[in-house]
Amino acid sequence: MKYSAQEIARLEEKARAIRRGTLECMGIGVAGHVGGSCSSADIIAALYFHKMKYDPQNPQDPDRDRFLLSKGHVAIAQYAALAEAGIIPREWLKTTKQLGSRLQGHPDRLKTPGVEAGTGSLGQGLSIGLGMALGQKLAGIARKTYVLLGDGEIAEGQVWEAALAAPILGADNLVAIVDNNRLQATDFIKKRFNTLPLAPKFQGFGWHVIEIDGHDMEEILSALDAVDEIKGVPTVIIAHTVKGKGVSFAENVAAYHNGALNAEQYEQAMTELA
Amino acid sequence: MSYTNQRKAYGETLTALGAENPKIVALEADLGNSTMSRLFQQAYPERYFEMGIAEANMTSVAAGLAQTGFIPVTHSFAVFSGGRAFDQLRQTIAIGKLNVKVCGSSAGCSDFGDGATHQSVEDIAIMRAIPNMTVLCPADANETVGAVRAMIELEGPCYIRINRNDYSNVTEEHAPFKIGVPTVLREGRDVTIFAIGYMTTLALEAAEALKDELSVRVVNVSTLKPVREETLAALAKGCRGVVTAEEHSVVGGLGSIVCQALRGSGLPVELVGIEDVFGCSAHSYDEILGHLGLTQEHIQEAARRAAKAAR
Repeated sequence: MKYSAQEIARLEEKARAIRRGTLECMGIGVAGHVGGSCSSADIIAALYFHKMKYDPQNPQDPDRDRFLLSKGHVAIAQYAALAEAGIIPREWLKTTKQLGSRLQGHPDRLKTPGVEAGTGSLGQGLSIGLGMALGQKLAGIARKTYVLLGDGEIAEGQVWEAALAAPILGADNLVAIVDNNRLQATDFIKKRFNTLPLAPKFQGFGWHVIEIDGHDMEEILSALDAVDEIKGVPTVIIAHTVKGKGVSFAENVAAYHNGALNAEQYEQAMTELA
Repeated sequence: MSYTNQRKAYGETLTALGAENPKIVALEADLGNSTMSRLFQQAYPERYFEMGIAEANMTSVAAGLAQTGFIPVTHSFAVFSGGRAFDQLRQTIAIGKLNVKVCGSSAGCSDFGDGATHQSVEDIAIMRAIPNMTVLCPADANETVGAVRAMIELEGPCYIRINRNDYSNVTEEHAPFKIGVPTVLREGRDVTIFAIGYMTTLALEAAEALKDELSVRVVNVSTLKPVREETLAALAKGCRGVVTAEEHSVVGGLGSIVCQALRGSGLPVELVGIEDVFGCSAHSYDEILGHLGLTQEHIQEAARRAAKAAR
């Protein structure tokens, strides 16, 4: 085993903490993007608490790895990670989406420390991440930019403009991670707008492709570490995930793409994630 | 040496600034020979990104470069750099106040041959409506030199409108460019003409032709945003009427800005601009401007109407 049982257990607990923080952001009776947050929580935990280099005291330190949510609607998952990492105060989570809150419905770099760029209009994050990766290279900073995309979001044409450009520009410090939870807002992707399969598309565009189980911490860590050996081309990690993972009643249910929890559901979810 | 072409002034100035400031990077969407960003590429190939014919991606990549401390400048024709990448400019760059510069080249109807698809009649309206965006439209090649420098020195998103064609200068060479400050090109008492871009040249011609009839002040409004309403109102004060002259739609452009600034003043305002229509192909710049009613004769008539309408 490449990673110790303790390390895996520590990161799995971080992922549960992110899921709990996501629920804290939502609270009771207010709609939130719980499904996509929970499907990406393990990946986000691995990035923030294993892979990425950053200084929680100085989140603007140029010598940092960067994480960008292209699927900006799961901002609450990132907020939970930022709180867990000590970049933002945990008390902020409960203020999410309140008038005047530092935590907006979608990421806002001017309001939230640790947010790299405003996203939410889908399909733009890979391009922004490509710009950051090119900027890191140009500035001589040997760090990476990680961009988390949704599998529904892949329908946006700009994703493929960026997918075409990144290998041409040699952005081997750009890592795309697709949260392939197979659901979009309205139903299963296969029933709505079938963007799958993803691997041959990225391969055709010249990317190094890794496919993993996005809830298997060891597979996530192996993939993230394997990227470091890839030179000359960008890498995409296609993470097969379950929407709503960890909250039993939300798993694979499209309604929890952006749904509210009642008091009973909130308690049940928190118990399951304890 | 004085330039007589805004694109040339633009490309050479950006290249000169590139020597002073290693943070400037240029992005191009395969129109580098037209926008003259190629001059920057020749000087600093490592700071130049050919992004292919993909303006949306180019614009978001610029956002990422700004976030790593660079000063990216995107290039395309005005219809595309502003229009095609509107959402990218709005969502990440303007909301985030990122230090991205946008060159809208071959603006207005200056690409006369290519027709409606390539003529930007609404780029100022689009850019001006975006919070945090600065919008510049230099009058001529001389002013372009100062405007490009001011754009780079400004911290924040900025759009600059560049004309494709050769014409003589109406502003002084080496005059400092101050963002937000309109300049008086000709003094007059009866009518004030506010003009932008090449229309300042035509406004000055109209003022000269009218000199035995009317005393006409000509003001160059090379910053469309931010520009203080009080400043524009003060420049119109004492006149009997006001004219605006723009190579842009009267919807959301200079005419709208001036009408908004002068509301309640009682001053009659006549708008010379594109009357909510698209352009079309023509064999010359003068031909398309004439077709759209953008000539010095049209400005003269508007000035007479404005003076006559005064109570």
